[in-house]
Amino acid sequence: MNIIVCAKQVPDPNNPYEFVDGRLKRDGATNVLDPGDEFGVEAALQLVEAQGGEVTVLSMGPASATEAIRRALSMGAHKGIQITDDALAGADAHATAKVLAAAISKQEDVDLVIASVESTDGYSGVVPQMVAELLGRPSATFAKKVVVDGSTLRIERQTEKGHDDVECPLPALVTVTAGVNEPRYPTFKGIMQAKSKPLETLSLGDLGLSADDVKPTQSVSAMNDAPARGSGEKFTDDGSGAAKVAEFLKEAKVI
Amino acid sequence: MAKIWVYGDPAEGGQGYKTTLEILTRARAIDGAEVGVVVLGPGAAAAAKTFGEYGATTAYVSDDEVFSTHLGGPNAEALHALAQAHSPHAILFPMTYDARDVAGRLAARTGSTIMSNASEVTGADNAQTPVLGGAKITEVSLNGPEPKLVLIRPKAFEASSAGGGEPTIVEVATDVSEDAKKVILTNRHEVQASGPTLEDAPVIVSGGRGLQQADNFKLLEDLAAAIGNCAVGATRAVVDAGWVPYAMQVGQTGKTVKPKVYIAVGISGATQHIVGMKSSDRIVAINKDEEAPIFQLADLGIVGDALKVVPQLTEEVKSRKG
Repeated sequence: MNIIVCAKQVPDPNNPYEFVDGRLKRDGATNVLDPGDEFGVEAALQLVEAQGGEVTVLSMGPASATEAIRRALSMGAHKGIQITDDALAGADAHATAKVLAAAISKQEDVDLVIASVESTDGYSGVVPQMVAELLGRPSATFAKKVVVDGSTLRIERQTEKGHDDVECPLPALVTVTAGVNEPRYPTFKGIMQAKSKPLETLSLGDLGLSADDVKPTQSVSAMNDAPARGSGEKFTDDGSGAAKVAEFLKEAKVI
Repeated sequence: MAKIWVYGDPAEGGQGYKTTLEILTRARAIDGAEVGVVVLGPGAAAAAKTFGEYGATTAYVSDDEVFSTHLGGPNAEALHALAQAHSPHAILFPMTYDARDVAGRLAARTGSTIMSNASEVTGADNAQTPVLGGAKITEVSLNGPEPKLVLIRPKAFEASSAGGGEPTIVEVATDVSEDAKKVILTNRHEVQASGPTLEDAPVIVSGGRGLQQADNFKLLEDLAAAIGNCAVGATRAVVDAGWVPYAMQVGQTGKTVKPKVYIAVGISGATQHIVGMKSSDRIVAINKDEEAPIFQLADLGIVGDALKVVPQLTEEVKSRKG
């Protein structure tokens, strides 16, 4: 079974945002493989470990995104494909979906495409479905459990009130939620091996696309400050913190 | 005249199509808007009258099960056919699990621009979205072929009836292709929730990594039970860590909530989280790091150990409620 995992490099979401003189502080910001994508990589690894096959990590991004792919390779993925092109700066959902779909089409015998339900930085949350439509594949979305049984994909799909059992034939695309599994940490051996795993870098032209195909379909016409929210009182807990909160809840008439 | 359609998520039928009514309320106020609504799935036809009251003059509906058992494939195909036949300028979707499947597939079919996480729609070609944790609002121009597709976060608008009459009802064809039906929903499992949902609860207590381990979420559940009518939420970090399910996530990749009081426990205040809760009426933060950005939003901040303060608070609440 051959699996492609769509992955993205994002600014580390575990760094809280900070404003310095009214501007977002970017110094020292680190980029990481999107934590949401680690679940996709792990799901793919578990499937091929049980059933054989290969895991390919596919990422669109600037040259530095190689590090995110290496991270997935060090977890155990077999090879990487990176799409890098100056024309992709500021790519929107359409451009991203077109590029990913074109790259997937170039690979032979891809049984399953795995993506996270949304990226942590862009979070449009619709790119995987667009990729599936462009590829003419069924998409099983919001999986909190993924099983492949012969040529059938079965998932437990997260819902507001529980989950739905959903199935579709392969080849297919599945999106996974955080918590679908427990992503492994790369071992030292894995990190060393990742350095020699195949990593192919492609441009738009290599995919048969032009800059015109990926030009943005929307533009920011203005950016304004949101209504500010002031902070109130702050106390260091001296044993009376809980009572202060309880009084606050009482005043708010919620208890 | 701008022809604006609202796509109603059939999965919302059980909750009275809340988000659909919110979006209809906003859509009808757009200058020169002629509002249509598309609702596909069991119960759609019966709800058409309500959609009319909220401003829809035409309702494209079908009660057919095919629209509720294939994860959006048939819905995207039917919506595409409707859009080709009637040429709406824009289609507004609620940002829900099911509507995302439909909107994404439709965008790939039409090549129309698609904008997610909108907090405001100011016309058929313009919408707004918060960025940088809600510190800034960007105004976005939607270009390219129509219909423009916009996904709107739940609770962006307050629903109110316009006292409108019955809409013209158009029955939607159900002859969808086999390809669109490849995904099959075979069984539903609903967990009987004891408390209110995150969307409806007047009080929410949410936990972050400051709780240190999954087991400590029990402290929040105990507090929520003591407060009553209180839901428990979480940050993305702890959902990623597998402590609690995805459906409990509050934030830009989770739910947007607007309770009367939001109690953030062991939450530092990452951009990701803040955008989902900053519109709460009042915010309480309990965190041992006095520099945590969450304190910049909090009406009441307690710098302290959440594992100590929360159980004490549970007792304080119990004693005040007598």
